[in-house]
Amino acid sequence: MASADPAVDRTAYFDWLCRLGDNCLVLGHRVSEWCGHSPVLEEDIALANTALDLIGQTQFWLGLAGEVEGKGRTADALAYLRDAAQFRNVLLVERPNGDFGMTLMRQFLFDAWHIEMLRALQRSSDPRVAEIAAKAVKEVAYHLERSADLVIRLGDGTDESHARMQKALTSLWPYTGEMFMADAVDQAVVAAGIAPDPASLRAAWGQTGAEGMGAGTLSRPEGHFQHRGGKTGRHTEALGFILADMQFLQRAYPGGTW
Amino acid sequence: MSQVPDPEIPVISLTDLGIIRDVEWQDDTLVVTVTPTYSGCPATSVINLDIEAALRDQGIEKLRLERRLSPPWTTDWITPEGREKLRAYGIAPPVDGTAADGRLMGRGAPLTGDSNLTIACPRCGSAKTEKISQFGSTPCKASYRCTDCLEPFDYFKCI
Repeated sequence: MASADPAVDRTAYFDWLCRLGDNCLVLGHRVSEWCGHSPVLEEDIALANTALDLIGQTQFWLGLAGEVEGKGRTADALAYLRDAAQFRNVLLVERPNGDFGMTLMRQFLFDAWHIEMLRALQRSSDPRVAEIAAKAVKEVAYHLERSADLVIRLGDGTDESHARMQKALTSLWPYTGEMFMADAVDQAVVAAGIAPDPASLRAAWGQTGAEGMGAGTLSRPEGHFQHRGGKTGRHTEALGFILADMQFLQRAYPGGTW
Repeated sequence: MSQVPDPEIPVISLTDLGIIRDVEWQDDTLVVTVTPTYSGCPATSVINLDIEAALRDQGIEKLRLERRLSPPWTTDWITPEGREKLRAYGIAPPVDGTAADGRLMGRGAPLTGDSNLTIACPRCGSAKTEKISQFGSTPCKASYRCTDCLEPFDYFKCI
């Protein structure tokens, strides 16, 4: 295992790793909220499995973030003891679950980005990043396969399911742009060869999205406005509710274990 | 290690599963290198406890467990004996050489996972089976059903 940190601003690198980890953590938590509430048993299990993969990946990314930061914070400390303004996930993943269609559309839009990001990260200049990506990309291939399949089936399903999927797409579309916007943090890790330029993932993401939408008879929403802020810690009110739920135990009983 | 069962599929051992990557003495300490199956597999911590307990039973006092992520675990590492034990237990073993590599397995229909993989029923051996869900009772399994003997079964999905 390589221990030498790459030549990059440590704060920027830490921030960037938190973005990766927090995307997985917040989406993993959101998806786990379905546990016991899904329309059918198989979907309940599939959602729980997806959440489990994402939480596992969170442990790797936030574990590495803590290592890079060098202040002794573990993945658990980063997950449970930071407040909303320190979270770096994109706004898309904190969007409320809505109905089953909304949850699947959010998953599809994220998975299609996630897989391109992980593919590129397998060539990272930091072997610690490359090996996590190589592990995670195989799991995310299954996530994308499932979310795409269901988006297509529900989009091209009944009038009711089609209308709900189109509504979900229209509602989530303005939250997709943030995944491809670069700021100084991204530029620092790109310059160090750790990560790809976020904008470089857009073409492949757009292609996957267009295929899924096309097969699902859904139309790409009009309008160019895109929300941003999650990557720098400016979140919607939704994140606060997630953290209140997720962090309650560690806040009420500090250091509690089982 | 070949005596230590997998906590979730107790018919196969940790070596059958292919997750023990290295065992070596470093001075007077035995270092066991383990790779996780799925990132979030809840059995990982139980596996580590079981390894420790088994080695202490053998009288080994000083030991250390290390995690190795690379190369990532693949179902291709499950031994031929392990595959046979899985089949006998009622779990269809992974089809050889079809491990997902992050490129959606080069499937005919990459977005929906339609492929011409034949998963044989572990009960009657029939090739007439259908996928119920890509996600089964644990992260590493998918749910299938045999259309001949009508038995539902788990398929150890390739990764």
